[in-house]
Amino acid sequence: MGIFEAILLTVITAATPLVLAAIGELVTERSGVLNLGVEGMMVMGAACAFIATQQTGSPYVGILAGIASGALFSLLFGFLTLTLVTNQVATGLALTILGLGVSGMIGEAYVGQSGIKLPQIVFPVLSDIPFLGAILFRQDLIFYLSIALVAGVHWFLFRSRAGLKLRAVGDSHSSAHALGVNVIRTRYLAVMFGGACAGLAGAQLSLVYTPQWAENMSAGRGWIALALVVFASWRPWRIVAGGYLFGAVSISQLYAQAFGIGIPSQFLSALPYLATIVVLILISHNRRTTLINTPAALGKSFVPDR
Amino acid sequence: MRIELERRPDVSKLFSILSPFIALGLTIFFGGIMFVLLGKDPVSALYSFFIEPLTEVWSLHELAIKAAPLILIAVGLSVCYRSNNWNIGAEGQFIMGAIAGSILPVVFHEWHSPLVLPLMMVLGMLGGALFAGIPAFLKAHLNTNEILTSLMLVYVAQLFLDWLVRGPWRNPGGMNFPETRTFDASAILPEMIASGRAHWGFGFAILAAILVWFMMRYTLKGFEITVLGQSERAGRFAGFSSRKMIWFSMLLSGALAGLAGIAEVSGAIQQLRPVISPGYGFTAIIVAFLGRLNPLGIVVAGLVLALTYLGGEAVQVSLQISDKPIRVFQGLLLFFVLSCDTLIHYKIRMMWYDLTKTTGEGAR
Repeated sequence: MGIFEAILLTVITAATPLVLAAIGELVTERSGVLNLGVEGMMVMGAACAFIATQQTGSPYVGILAGIASGALFSLLFGFLTLTLVTNQVATGLALTILGLGVSGMIGEAYVGQSGIKLPQIVFPVLSDIPFLGAILFRQDLIFYLSIALVAGVHWFLFRSRAGLKLRAVGDSHSSAHALGVNVIRTRYLAVMFGGACAGLAGAQLSLVYTPQWAENMSAGRGWIALALVVFASWRPWRIVAGGYLFGAVSISQLYAQAFGIGIPSQFLSALPYLATIVVLILISHNRRTTLINTPAALGKSFVPDR
Repeated sequence: MRIELERRPDVSKLFSILSPFIALGLTIFFGGIMFVLLGKDPVSALYSFFIEPLTEVWSLHELAIKAAPLILIAVGLSVCYRSNNWNIGAEGQFIMGAIAGSILPVVFHEWHSPLVLPLMMVLGMLGGALFAGIPAFLKAHLNTNEILTSLMLVYVAQLFLDWLVRGPWRNPGGMNFPETRTFDASAILPEMIASGRAHWGFGFAILAAILVWFMMRYTLKGFEITVLGQSERAGRFAGFSSRKMIWFSMLLSGALAGLAGIAEVSGAIQQLRPVISPGYGFTAIIVAFLGRLNPLGIVVAGLVLALTYLGGEAVQVSLQISDKPIRVFQGLLLFFVLSCDTLIHYKIRMMWYDLTKTTGEGAR
């Protein structure tokens, strides 16, 4: 395998959790809900996936545990913001703080244990294609899921009736309500989908990226995923482009350290965060395009009146 | 079961006062359950968590030390949140304030003068304010979301501090430990009263809370903050500028977080280390909401959250469990505070009936 392929593979591994968490949050935000708890749901997913894998010996059970924990955890956010109409920004922060705390507590006994890496699924014939075979057809299940989810979300949002309803809820909940769409139920489902995706992203971290558990192992990726949604202007395929761009930035930082370029490692480690800020500036400085792309009811609570 | 909200005609006075206490009660109840799940006696755990730290003079001093940064930061954040500016990067502003204030005792350590300490405090506030100025500028002039930029800058500040104490600012006589030289006596914030360690940081916190409370309640600026926060459009009709408000609230909260940072370093730690905060900047968000975004309420809330830090340490020793339950406690508290605030504006009705008997979605 050439060096270029090897680099590309590490970029994909770094990008997959960002893509997954961002595609989930994209659906949540398209329904008009801003869930800032992605970091918390992701780290919960990572902890639960790792624990389940260690208990059962199967990383596939781990994946299911990651998805389930993310979805359940997001339900807490849903109950507060949708049923009790609390402030979405504050509640999302609470979810992140709680997620970091709970995951640290339940994962404590597992710190330092070496985990089981999710095995690759090798497609016969296709994987023998030079270059592309190694990159696209010799990957783990979560990578395939990430691509399938992006395609699925694109189809759902722009080709299905339910997706149209979801976008309507996100653009004007009162109009959607007047037309008979159940706003609260739609939003609950969208929030849970976001949670499940963030949980799956967490599972990728503790089963593929580094098969072990460490406290705060999501290291801000949940927040970068939130920025990615803005970067992608709420369009699914742009998430992939953005995610791989960010993956490349975080990987280039590792290579620069390995080759001993004379820049202090801390400055290189700060690169993904600085890149996020730069990208956000580039995307949002034009007020008009931002306004067109943002779901109009994003962050606004809805109380059905009688 | 189905839960429905009915808007109250007026804000409930009773629940405005009661809701933080209900939240605290619920947190303690669920905290007790958590201790049972961990296999510990909940009564003695809760006793050493919440009561024991209050029984001795030295631990009351520790309480004041931990409450000081929480109150200072949260008071600034309350102004931000009331004006609808979501600064969540106070942790970074805290660190940059600590770094800026430490320039004098670390780089110019041979300069001893009574001026050192006040200058350090001013530099700390400047450092925090300038760092908060980045998301403020980006939001006010380039329309960039302040939530994400201020948070990203926390990581940048942490890495910058890490580089400083391992690189250029490392103590030359310190056996290669990643820390700066210990501050000279003239650069150390003195104790407030003779009975213990609590330094003037707590005094600053109380002063800041009173000043901001006065501003919010009795000045035009306070009114401007509230109006712009509740409706930007209404604020514009009144001639208030939301762009100026972004700058004002972010710089104020940054300066207070920076002051908290330099006060903590100068008063409690007395040198810079790779990690100087157990997440004060994030815990202060909980403090701000538990205090219902009211500076005087924040003083009480800051003491409560400081107690969770102290109690957490006490429980580690007495029950042999880790520091992790503290974070869970704090997270639970914020959740309950936010849910109980619903009671202020809404009546909550629980409906117990079969879902299939509802009139159907279309009709509702």
